[in-house]
Amino acid sequence: MHLRKTLGISILLAVLCVVTALLSDSFLSAYNLENLIRRTSLFGIISIGVAFVIITGGIDLSVGSVICLAGCGLPWLLTTQHWPLPAALLTVLAGSACLGLFHGLLITRLRLQPFIVTLCGLLLYRGIARGFTGDQSVGFGGDFKGLRSMATGQIELPFIHGFSLPAPCVFLLVIAVLAAVFLHGTIHGRYLLALGYSEEAARYSGINTGRLTVLAYVISSTLAGFGGVLFVLDVNSAQPADFGSFYELYAIAAAVLGGCSLRGGEGTIPGVIIGAALMQVLRNMIALTTRHQNMEFAIIGAVILIGVSADELMKRWTLRRRAARALALAALPSPP
Amino acid sequence: MDSPLLEARNLTKSFPGVRALQGVSLTLHRGEVLAVAGENGAGKSTLMKILAGVQLPDTGELLLEGRPAGLKSVADALARGIALIHQELNLAGNLDIAANLFLGREQRRMGLIDIARQRREARPLLEAVGLDMDPSTPVGRLGIGHQQLVEIAKALAVNARILIMDEPTSSLSSGESRTLFKVINALRSRGVSIIYISHRLGEISALADRVTVLRDGRVAGHLARDEATHGAMVRLMVGREITRLHDRQPRPPGAPELEARGLRTAAHPAHPLDFTVHAGQIVGIAGLVGAGRTEVLETLFGVTPAAGGTLRVDGRDAVPRSPQEAIAAGLALVPEDRKRQGLILDLAVRDNLNLASLRRDQRRGLVNHRKADALSRSAIESLGIRTPDCRQPVRFLSGGNQQKVVLGKWLALQPRVLLLDEPTRGIDIGAKQEIYRLIGELAARGMAILFASSEMEEILGLSDRVLVMHEGRLAGTLDRDRLQEETIMHLATGGPSADV
Repeated sequence: MHLRKTLGISILLAVLCVVTALLSDSFLSAYNLENLIRRTSLFGIISIGVAFVIITGGIDLSVGSVICLAGCGLPWLLTTQHWPLPAALLTVLAGSACLGLFHGLLITRLRLQPFIVTLCGLLLYRGIARGFTGDQSVGFGGDFKGLRSMATGQIELPFIHGFSLPAPCVFLLVIAVLAAVFLHGTIHGRYLLALGYSEEAARYSGINTGRLTVLAYVISSTLAGFGGVLFVLDVNSAQPADFGSFYELYAIAAAVLGGCSLRGGEGTIPGVIIGAALMQVLRNMIALTTRHQNMEFAIIGAVILIGVSADELMKRWTLRRRAARALALAALPSPP
Repeated sequence: MDSPLLEARNLTKSFPGVRALQGVSLTLHRGEVLAVAGENGAGKSTLMKILAGVQLPDTGELLLEGRPAGLKSVADALARGIALIHQELNLAGNLDIAANLFLGREQRRMGLIDIARQRREARPLLEAVGLDMDPSTPVGRLGIGHQQLVEIAKALAVNARILIMDEPTSSLSSGESRTLFKVINALRSRGVSIIYISHRLGEISALADRVTVLRDGRVAGHLARDEATHGAMVRLMVGREITRLHDRQPRPPGAPELEARGLRTAAHPAHPLDFTVHAGQIVGIAGLVGAGRTEVLETLFGVTPAAGGTLRVDGRDAVPRSPQEAIAAGLALVPEDRKRQGLILDLAVRDNLNLASLRRDQRRGLVNHRKADALSRSAIESLGIRTPDCRQPVRFLSGGNQQKVVLGKWLALQPRVLLLDEPTRGIDIGAKQEIYRLIGELAARGMAILFASSEMEEILGLSDRVLVMHEGRLAGTLDRDRLQEETIMHLATGGPSADV
């Protein structure tokens, strides 16, 4: 079923690419493709993080604000506070992980609802970022060229001329492979899916569901923090009032399009990455082929709605077929 | 005899892949209690849904007082005085009794609900079901037995002549059940007809004027009151004689496996518990609803940590603070609520079977697929789990097969002590026997078994020894030679143990 779902949205992605390429000459230009891959990689990284939380049956609304905090924090520490680079980078990433730990503990120990905890996080972290920057834009100016190449760098590919791979793509690939092995290969990944379907049954099976839930929130915030670093390195400066705002919704949408169910228990890493790509191609298509760029949100909203409705109908159909088969089996005489 | 109040002729109903009813006929007279018995999947629920207008039959007819009933919806059925009382009650817990009785047909004055009038009119209805309660009491505060009575009063409020009750005692204590039977008898003498569906054959013999037994979607037979013995009903239900488990030969018990000394549960910390389960022994925990049976098992398994006391498993001290620790000590629990606690319904049979043993079989953190597959295949075969393949979500298995999956999950770990909470709840008779046989085999292989059950037959038939609980304390321990239903009930209802 997962395979079919991932296949379905891959086909949708391919169709969207072909249509856009037919409608616009610039879609297949090296510059546009590089940009598209860079943005897909950046959003893919934060979507993978959110997917872990969604798989536990939770939600993380704080992602955009963690991106803002990390994205403003790094240049602020480096340029205003003059911290050494390793210390600043470590502080930003470890701090992001701690925010996830904080969410996870509030959710598992105090039994607060994930929606509330991360909604408060959304307000808190952006507020903090606006506070310590004095609501002024922070950036690298002309410095830190080497560091910025983490996001802006291009990797020349052998035998292909005129196109080079954006550096964030490498980060995405590494993170995706690690995440996929963890989720689909290890017993902990299996436990995570099981607890997403039914926390209680998982607990009664001897699974430490609290610790795994905390882990999911730590992964989400850490990847959001890392994403925030890459985003700010990519664009060179961050405006705390709107840096990363709405990104949690892009990430959640990508995860859901990629096959995660908000009820928990379902989702694959390849699916999430294709979901993130689909979101970016959609935005790209709107920008290239229509004059209604203001309608971007409306179009994206409509596409997601159609996608999940089709998925739900498909699921019901499969369930009905399976139920019918099970009933037919039950009606057979029992074996002697 | 006058024409029957309700007559069903040759009803058939098919669902994709299954014929639920095949030519079922039955009659119901005024002021009689007709029991409908049958295993799970025999077609009882489908028949009831057709009688109550929830579903339409494919063929066949329904006659009400000799004329076609013409039921096309639940509203039609209600208008003709037929009310279905579901197994899961349909009450709004946040509203009071009166509001529930008039839900959907509120008494109004000037567009607003006339609360005073509703409460006034609620009183005689509550009296009719013997419920001495203020109509302004919120339903959520009532016990499940009282809620059931409210549900019956609700049916009386629409002048129901025919009440269809689906497993009404499945979640009632025996005291609550007795109240319900009194109400049913009172209704019968008022001329109300009742169709009573139950697994509990003892209740049926006590209550019913006649019994219709269904098997595999057909009528297996009709029994009059004096023919409806336990044995006769079981023969019709399963089409074969059931060998009773009473015949199990108890073996001499081995070394003590599980020893609780002064164990106090979080729910009843005032009552320290002392008991021992030996290897190869089956110990039952009897008691009324709320006696604390589940709490004991969940404390042993670390779901709710103990409030005090000591526990020795296989001679080693171990008071588990989590299921993980309990499993490490050699315990396993088949929990009470199979669908919520025992299984992950959307996961495949294979993945449920592997859930507890993944950690042991891991290869440096990775799932060992080869081992996991082999394990699930052998469990499906050795336990006789009926499933099209191991990738089928357990949601689509019958109750008995689901329970075998829960058992298989734990047997993979070869626990020293197996705890079972209501091991056969909601399982049909054939599957029950298989579960009993399995439990017997496990004990014969030396596993220590401790189980809690509300079914007296199960307690009497399986146990080598019985712990009887009453309001959180151990009211008595009975060895096999002293096992008698009366003695157990005496202790379970708080009678002094000196009289035993």
